[in-house]
Amino acid sequence: MRTSHSVLCAFALGVAASAASPVQAAGDEDLAAIRQEMKALRGDYESKIRELERRLKKAEARADKSDAATAHAAPQPAMADAQAVVQPVAEAAPPPPPAAPRAPASANAFNPAISVILNGSYAASEDDPGLARVPGFVLGDEAGLPDRGFSLGESELAITANVDPYFLANLIVSLGNDDSIAVEEANIQSTSLPWGFTAKVGRFFSGIGYLNEKHAHAWDFVDAPLPYRVMLGNQYGDDGIEVRWLAPTDFFLEFGAEWYRGDSFPAGNADDNGSGTIAAFVHSGGDIDDSSSFLAGLSFLHTKALDRDTGGDVFTGSDGLGIASLVYKWAPNGNATVTNLVVNGEYFFGHEDGTFNGVPVDYARTGFYVQGVYQFMPRWRFGVRYSEVETDAPPLLLVGSALDDMGHTPRSWSGMLEYDTSEFGRFRVEYTLDDADLQTNNEIIAAYTVSIGPHGAHRF
Amino acid sequence: MHKLFFATFVASVAFASSAHAELSVFACEPEWGALAGEIGGDKVSVYSATTGAQDPHQIQARPSLIAKARGADVAVCTGAELEIGWLPMIAQQSANPKLQPGQPGLFEASSFVQLLEVPTRLDRADGDVHAAGNPHIQTDPRNILIVAKPLSERFAELDPANAAIYAARYADFAKRWTAAMAKWTAEAASLKGTPIAVQHAGWVYMFNWLGLKQVVILEPKPSVPASSGYLAQVLETLGRQPAKMVIRAAYQDGRPSEFIAERAKIPAIVLPFTVGGTDEAKDLFSLYDDTIKRLKDAVKP
Repeated sequence: MRTSHSVLCAFALGVAASAASPVQAAGDEDLAAIRQEMKALRGDYESKIRELERRLKKAEARADKSDAATAHAAPQPAMADAQAVVQPVAEAAPPPPPAAPRAPASANAFNPAISVILNGSYAASEDDPGLARVPGFVLGDEAGLPDRGFSLGESELAITANVDPYFLANLIVSLGNDDSIAVEEANIQSTSLPWGFTAKVGRFFSGIGYLNEKHAHAWDFVDAPLPYRVMLGNQYGDDGIEVRWLAPTDFFLEFGAEWYRGDSFPAGNADDNGSGTIAAFVHSGGDIDDSSSFLAGLSFLHTKALDRDTGGDVFTGSDGLGIASLVYKWAPNGNATVTNLVVNGEYFFGHEDGTFNGVPVDYARTGFYVQGVYQFMPRWRFGVRYSEVETDAPPLLLVGSALDDMGHTPRSWSGMLEYDTSEFGRFRVEYTLDDADLQTNNEIIAAYTVSIGPHGAHRF
Repeated sequence: MHKLFFATFVASVAFASSAHAELSVFACEPEWGALAGEIGGDKVSVYSATTGAQDPHQIQARPSLIAKARGADVAVCTGAELEIGWLPMIAQQSANPKLQPGQPGLFEASSFVQLLEVPTRLDRADGDVHAAGNPHIQTDPRNILIVAKPLSERFAELDPANAAIYAARYADFAKRWTAAMAKWTAEAASLKGTPIAVQHAGWVYMFNWLGLKQVVILEPKPSVPASSGYLAQVLETLGRQPAKMVIRAAYQDGRPSEFIAERAKIPAIVLPFTVGGTDEAKDLFSLYDDTIKRLKDAVKP
């Protein structure tokens, strides 16, 4: 810095001197003084250059030496068969020098974190899944059984990043096996509201129940249990706003309220100026001891439908649904690495009234599922699930319609075996004794779920 | 009426939290909880999110942790992606703006230490690699001292009223710690060059500190469990380069170590890895006392 400064001075003086020379005004004394000053500057400048050259040479020599040293310290072993070589011996490195503080690593510098989930499955079933019904219930778009044979499940592309210090943005696009593209989630979430509040606006899955908020690929079983299938069309997600408040208590206590457009099953056609659905929930939980913890929830969802069409059946009216959920997780001393157990169950109680195909209706329905998944050794888990739904008998005019349960209680048993290659690779086989329809159906699904990209953090 | 009740409730809650004079510390691992206690004394209240019996890579974002994180003033964590599977979820669900990345309330110990084993390429085909380097810095007590200073400064920044106390407690800790390190180094001098097999690559900093020699790792790749074929290779390696013992952290599954120990006729040693990992490792000082004692006992003739 000083060097370049004096170069600039010398240059400026030179310009000044050449500008001054034709004027002849400057006396010989002045010229001599200027010459002397320039000479001194040049000398100063040259000595600085020499000093710099000397330091550069020294640095180069040092770099050469350390290169040679590293080459010596880490000889590259010739490995004929890399597979057969056990991890090489690590030489003791020199003691760690204190480092300059680094900024905490963010997911991917300024780029959003991008991750991809791929799902694929092979399904075989005794009865044609295209004709499968659940007597007494109408099914939303996504609530059908998986197609027979190989199919690509939903592939998900998730992009997320902080927008600024106040909120983050989250986009999840799902690519269906029929080449359709759907926006599964697109929302912004607050990160810095005070007093334990968080807010979310956009499209997202509702916080009701336990499974609803989790993405399908994070469920323990490949498919949704019966009550989710028939009462929520697998999952309730819609465009809306959510506010949560976490109470400042020693145990976990969270309240949430949501307000949605009302376009997704069991809602339909954005009744009421596009604000047809409201939901509220409370979650509470904590640790029972070192090994076990729980999360309980109570949720309500109220939706409205205007000419909601499901396979030709038209419903106009409202739907109220309550869900009581309980999740219990156990791992020896809280260390889930080797063995662990997850048990959860949810009880659904709902009520629909309005007109169904023009006939006034008012009926209650209930349902529940219970499941347990046990990791019996690292990488291996198995699970069992039972689910059941029930509805009131239909009015006489609707006997034989989709709302007629034909005196049958839809239920199903599932067993699941899972093998994980790592946290990112998951292979499952699920067998279901499906007694949802009048005729019992045997169904087997083999599925893989992999995720690539940044390591995601999971909900409890 | 309801509104009034709610307002009173919120006000009383706000008052209750502001009346708490002490700095509330959410420690991700027990060693940082213990260090926070050394630096903060009675000016901090410390909650440790994990115990020595738990694998810090694999913690669930449990409701209890979210509740504790809500009121925390500072989270003291390892960083370097050790907690990547759970801490971001806790920070998000706890709705605590202080713990968001970039805030002074998120203290990452590893960001003050020169990390070792920084991967030259990032590919999950190489197993559970940490992009920033090996995060298990607490196995070298010199790193504890390196982290103690910025931690005391961070406490002072967050709680300026007690800045002098944090500085004084740090100075006192540094003195006691330096003396203890001299003692440990002397005690462990005889261990220098001891060849050791490890179950998980979690000890590079300790090996570095004590000049131990890592002969073989019982995992083919980080956090990838060994197949029986791989364990056979490990035995073959141990045949050529015998080790004095095979070590593992208290939270790890003992079976791979026991399998190798039995066949290679060497002891399988459990080290505390962190405070609370063994009954003897009650605090930071006894953590290293016990570690060295266990290593020395293993090589006793």
